[in-house]
Amino acid sequence: MNGTLKMENNNTHDLIKQLSQKADWVWRETLKIHKRSPETRVASSLSPIEIFVVLYYGGFLNQNPKDPKWEGRDRCIISKGHGSLCMYPILADLGFFPFSELEHICEQGSFLGGIPDPIIPGYETVNGSLGHGLGVASGVALALKRRNRSEKVFVLVGDGELHEGSNWEAIMFACQHGLDNLTLLIDNNQISMLGPTDEIVSHRNLIEKFRAFGWATFSVENGHSVEQVYRALSDASNLNVSKPKVIEFNTKKGNKVPGLENAALSHVTAINSALIDQLLGGGE
Amino acid sequence: MNSLGKISKPRAMRDSFLESVYKEMLQDPNVFFVTADFGSPILDKIRFECPSRFVNVGIAEQNLINVSAGLALEGFKVFSYAIAPFITMRCFEQIRVNLALMSEVRAMNVNLVGVGAGYSYVVSGPTHQCYEDLTLMRALPNMQVYSISDEVMASKMPAQALLNKGLKYFRLDAQVLPILAEGKEDVFNDGFFVKRSGGDICLIATGYMVHTALQAAELLSKVGITVSVIDIFNLTTFNEVKLAQFLSNYLGLVSMEEAFPGRGGLDSMLHSFLLRNDISLKILCIGVEGGYRFEIGSREDLHEFVGIGVNAVVNKVSNLSLKLKK
Repeated sequence: MNGTLKMENNNTHDLIKQLSQKADWVWRETLKIHKRSPETRVASSLSPIEIFVVLYYGGFLNQNPKDPKWEGRDRCIISKGHGSLCMYPILADLGFFPFSELEHICEQGSFLGGIPDPIIPGYETVNGSLGHGLGVASGVALALKRRNRSEKVFVLVGDGELHEGSNWEAIMFACQHGLDNLTLLIDNNQISMLGPTDEIVSHRNLIEKFRAFGWATFSVENGHSVEQVYRALSDASNLNVSKPKVIEFNTKKGNKVPGLENAALSHVTAINSALIDQLLGGGE
Repeated sequence: MNSLGKISKPRAMRDSFLESVYKEMLQDPNVFFVTADFGSPILDKIRFECPSRFVNVGIAEQNLINVSAGLALEGFKVFSYAIAPFITMRCFEQIRVNLALMSEVRAMNVNLVGVGAGYSYVVSGPTHQCYEDLTLMRALPNMQVYSISDEVMASKMPAQALLNKGLKYFRLDAQVLPILAEGKEDVFNDGFFVKRSGGDICLIATGYMVHTALQAAELLSKVGITVSVIDIFNLTTFNEVKLAQFLSNYLGLVSMEEAFPGRGGLDSMLHSFLLRNDISLKILCIGVEGGYRFEIGSREDLHEFVGIGVNAVVNKVSNLSLKLKK
């Protein structure tokens, strides 16, 4: 079982079609979870769906669902843990835990909470408090390099999370140590809790900042286009430089949900059951 | 005498601690050293002789902890090194989330080494002095807190730290202090040493204050007041049965720390210990009085300003002795 989680398809065009279907499925499952557990943060969990789907099913990650702490796994640290509800159906689908567990999210006795913790098979670190993942990932990446190991480290952060100064300590550190086994994925949905990130403290040109900090940079205009996400991850994966890599994905918070998509206060907004039923085609 | 039986000049705790870390690193390829741009002559040996297991994160304590956590998750046994107030307070939430919470799920061995206990950075003022770290580190339920009183004790810590998984905080003094420990004692067994016995009052001190307690005890003995002195260095886990048994012979207990009194440090620990063990003693808590201060002076002068100097201790213990005799 150890190895890539890639869907079986050698034709890129067909693979992208399959990945798009999977992304649709994850979007639907995420809404179903939110219907059952309205206390979950749905809007920020809808923006990174395509990033996770391509990463996990597109052949970019070596993992073993039956042995989640397999030493040879690529490490995926989900720093914006609160906004990764969409990972629950993905991990269940891949066999990290039984699908039936999704029925019990946020219930007493379940290991699937409103913010994922490392007691969940497939989660590496403690998430929820923002600005921690990249620094820890830098330590993991440094350890792997110093041991001459070839596993890769991916970290997902949100753009609002990049307000935390600890990230910038890690951004400088990763460049200094040439952590080319580290790839930062930015879910740039451009909305923080109280409104647009640009109106709170603007990052201005985020990707230029990373370039100035010595990272290899990639930008995806539409982070909900599976094809664009796939190309960027491929390009980053194929680039052979002694630098850490960053991919900025421009996404929409609350993607494809009327009233929620790109809404300034979507972070704390729950969707009502009737709307979810309507979006899912009724009655699911 | 040091532990090797050689006559030696006292040196800073950090140097003896780091010398032991260096020796362990030569033997064990899984030991990693991370510093936040804080050095020592001994550290240079680690930097130059074990470069693949050394990293300086720069003046960036949050990243010091996060990088240490990442290294520990990959199986390295990590020493993280910085000035005491910075390694405990600048990055407290990193310690809480990525070490304390994380180590409940994944095995980790991370050893925080903070230099500059209490007033030991004498002329640097309150930014570099450290009176809150014991409280903060003790608040984390899976952190072992060691408050070291001399360089011999410091030299023994790294080997034990590597044997015992988990999180540890070592509070080291920045000044060169006289040697107190005999070196042959197994410092991890009981968490405290009885340095002096007798009388009705027991002074329980930690770190630098053990030196103050011993000096005060000597002065008190000259005016006919005999007191005992205990050096308690493990401020989270110690042999409660043995300490309770020892204290059964006493009427009064004096806690002594370079920390604010009643704020979760040594005195709070002793209060809950006494309650748990149903021990009734008259208690006097000696700690830094009057909050933050900006006066410049010798450590001894500063200690007298804030009520923890030798003279202040002698006066307070004399008064306690009088009360106990009434």
